[in-house]
Amino acid sequence: MAALISAQKLTKHYRMGDETVHALDGVSFDVARGDYCAIVGPSGSGKSTMMNIIGGLDTPTEGRIVIDGNDIGEMSDENLAVFRNRTIGFVFQSFNLLPRMTALENVELPMIYGGVAPAERRERAAALLTRVGLGQRMDHRPTQLSGGQQQRVAIARALAGQPPLILADEPTGALDTNTGIEILALFRELNREGVTIVIVTHDHEVAAATRRTIEMRDGHIVSDKANDRSARHDAHV
Amino acid sequence: MMRTSDLIASAANALRSNPMRSALTALGVIIGVASVVAMVALGSGAQAQVERSIASLGSNLLIVVPGAQRGGGGVRAQAGAGGGWDSLTIDDAAAIAQVENVAVVAPSQRARTQVVANGLNWNPQVEGVTPSYLEARDWQIAQGRMFDETEERQARRVIVLGATVADQLFPNVEPVGQMLRMAGGNYEVIGVLESKGQSGLGTDQDDIVLAPLTTVKRRISGRRGRGDTVSQISVKAVSEDALTLVQEDVETLLRQRHRTREGEDDFTVQNLSSISETAAQTTQVFTALLAGIGAVSLLVGGIGIMNIMLVSVTERTREIGLRKALGARQSDILHQFGLEAVTLSVAGGIIGLIIGVGGAWLMTSLFNLPLVIKPETAAFAIGFSGLVGVLFGAYPAWRAAQLDPIEALRRE
Ligand SMILES: Nc1ncnc2c1ncn2[C@@H]1O[C@H](COP(=O)(O)OP(=O)(O)O)[C@@H](O)[C@H]1O
Ligand SMILES: [Mg+2]
Repeated sequence: MAALISAQKLTKHYRMGDETVHALDGVSFDVARGDYCAIVGPSGSGKSTMMNIIGGLDTPTEGRIVIDGNDIGEMSDENLAVFRNRTIGFVFQSFNLLPRMTALENVELPMIYGGVAPAERRERAAALLTRVGLGQRMDHRPTQLSGGQQQRVAIARALAGQPPLILADEPTGALDTNTGIEILALFRELNREGVTIVIVTHDHEVAAATRRTIEMRDGHIVSDKANDRSARHDAHV
Repeated sequence: MMRTSDLIASAANALRSNPMRSALTALGVIIGVASVVAMVALGSGAQAQVERSIASLGSNLLIVVPGAQRGGGGVRAQAGAGGGWDSLTIDDAAAIAQVENVAVVAPSQRARTQVVANGLNWNPQVEGVTPSYLEARDWQIAQGRMFDETEERQARRVIVLGATVADQLFPNVEPVGQMLRMAGGNYEVIGVLESKGQSGLGTDQDDIVLAPLTTVKRRISGRRGRGDTVSQISVKAVSEDALTLVQEDVETLLRQRHRTREGEDDFTVQNLSSISETAAQTTQVFTALLAGIGAVSLLVGGIGIMNIMLVSVTERTREIGLRKALGARQSDILHQFGLEAVTLSVAGGIIGLIIGVGGAWLMTSLFNLPLVIKPETAAFAIGFSGLVGVLFGAYPAWRAAQLDPIEALRRE
């Protein structure tokens, strides 16, 4: 089976006045379907830039990136929007729920852009919220939920379009340790069900909970290795 | 593609979440539309009033009055021999009747005298006229009949009342057949005129009593002036096209008869249709001016919408970034913000229309004008406010659609 993510010699340059920042400097890697991998590295090493390119929010300056058969660099804005809707589920550090809307409405949002009929949408959103353990909180607004609960809503929202790939940029960064562990357990469960997950973190314990750790520095991949099973168990997840 | 129902729900949700701001933003459009609607209704009312009163003066009508015209259109008696108020005679009227394209000629003599009936006093305009006067003026009899030629020649004491006089003197009884006293004599009411309403100058055209010309000359105003003078000759042309020609011919004829030269005339021929045209133009300009003032406030309302939408786009940058990350197309964002602006402006337009109609009703009843609300005014108000929303919402919505999702998500 072809890799879900295939990146070849990706570069991303930002011009800052006279200087050019090499956020990505020739990065190549593949992620297989069903993988669960962590990208680690110090701040400014290019992790977020990488995630944005994989997620179709940004395009590389050079290089080629193919996700689920889609060459991101070749896509129009319109097609990128459809791609993000169908292929990617985003989970953010700061949850990014819309405060005006209930948990249920927040989960429905991607399906609105996917053109799913209202009745089906509602049903699926409710099922997903139940799935992440918030069956009793569907009509709550984000402000009425704890951080962990908000991130669960965000994960339910990421799953709403039934995407093959979940991208999570520091999903536990705003959560306390225990809540973070719960969220990681949820990711692990989802991964067991076949969803490919890539998370960015600078917490090595979080990284150890995944199957594979990619380490970045100054826009390069400096190491890429599989995590052994025992380490995953040590992290209690 | 987003469903239309979802688009509307999302716009409604966004507007509801900040009701005070939405209301204040819509207020600009509300005021604009309300003032356009009220102003146009007021202008149209004034126009309808002018048209109605001019029509009630008679169509294709020339009015010949004694005295020369000076400057801007006022009629004044000219000092000196033969130039006074008594320069027009019944013979002049007879001569005018021979002019080509003249349909009806009606000499009349005006008098003011008190009338008394059942102990009630009233001071109407008393007009001594020939039976052809009604035809010349396009007036109609509502009850009874007009006096005929014989009654006119024989100076009978019969009269036809204007609607106001009939109402004032005979509030509870059928006026036709009643008697009233005027200038020391008893007169029988044989008819009542149909109501004509106010003239353009605000005078009540129904406050009138028509009596045979001979009767008025002999029994009411006979003591003053020469026996055969009249205060007015109404000349009806056969058609509107012939009016100018008839006017020239009448002027030429009277100059011959009075031995005057152009510029020294002792009479004036007034063309009512040209007056009515001027009046109609004036009210049209007036209406356009009022509508223009309203349109300016609508424009200001539009700028208010643009301002608030720009603020809203800035405030919701993160939301826009998130929506894009979740799969919103540029067009979805464009439509969402555009629809918010249009919803604000159209809602403002509808409320403004209601307030405008109410305001128009208030003002027209205050100024005693007919209330004229054309359906196209309402359609225009709603359509135009929608257009304002589209025009002034377009730029903020475009800005929102163009936002870079990464930048937008990074924003706090
Ligand atoms: N929009 C941008 N303009 C200029 N420089 C940027 C931009 N985005 C990221 N960078 C730079 O690219 C490098 C990588 O950033 P990022 O991918 O956010 O790192 P990380 O997520 O690993 O902390 C940093 O040096 C950052 O300053
Ligand atoms: Mg980062």
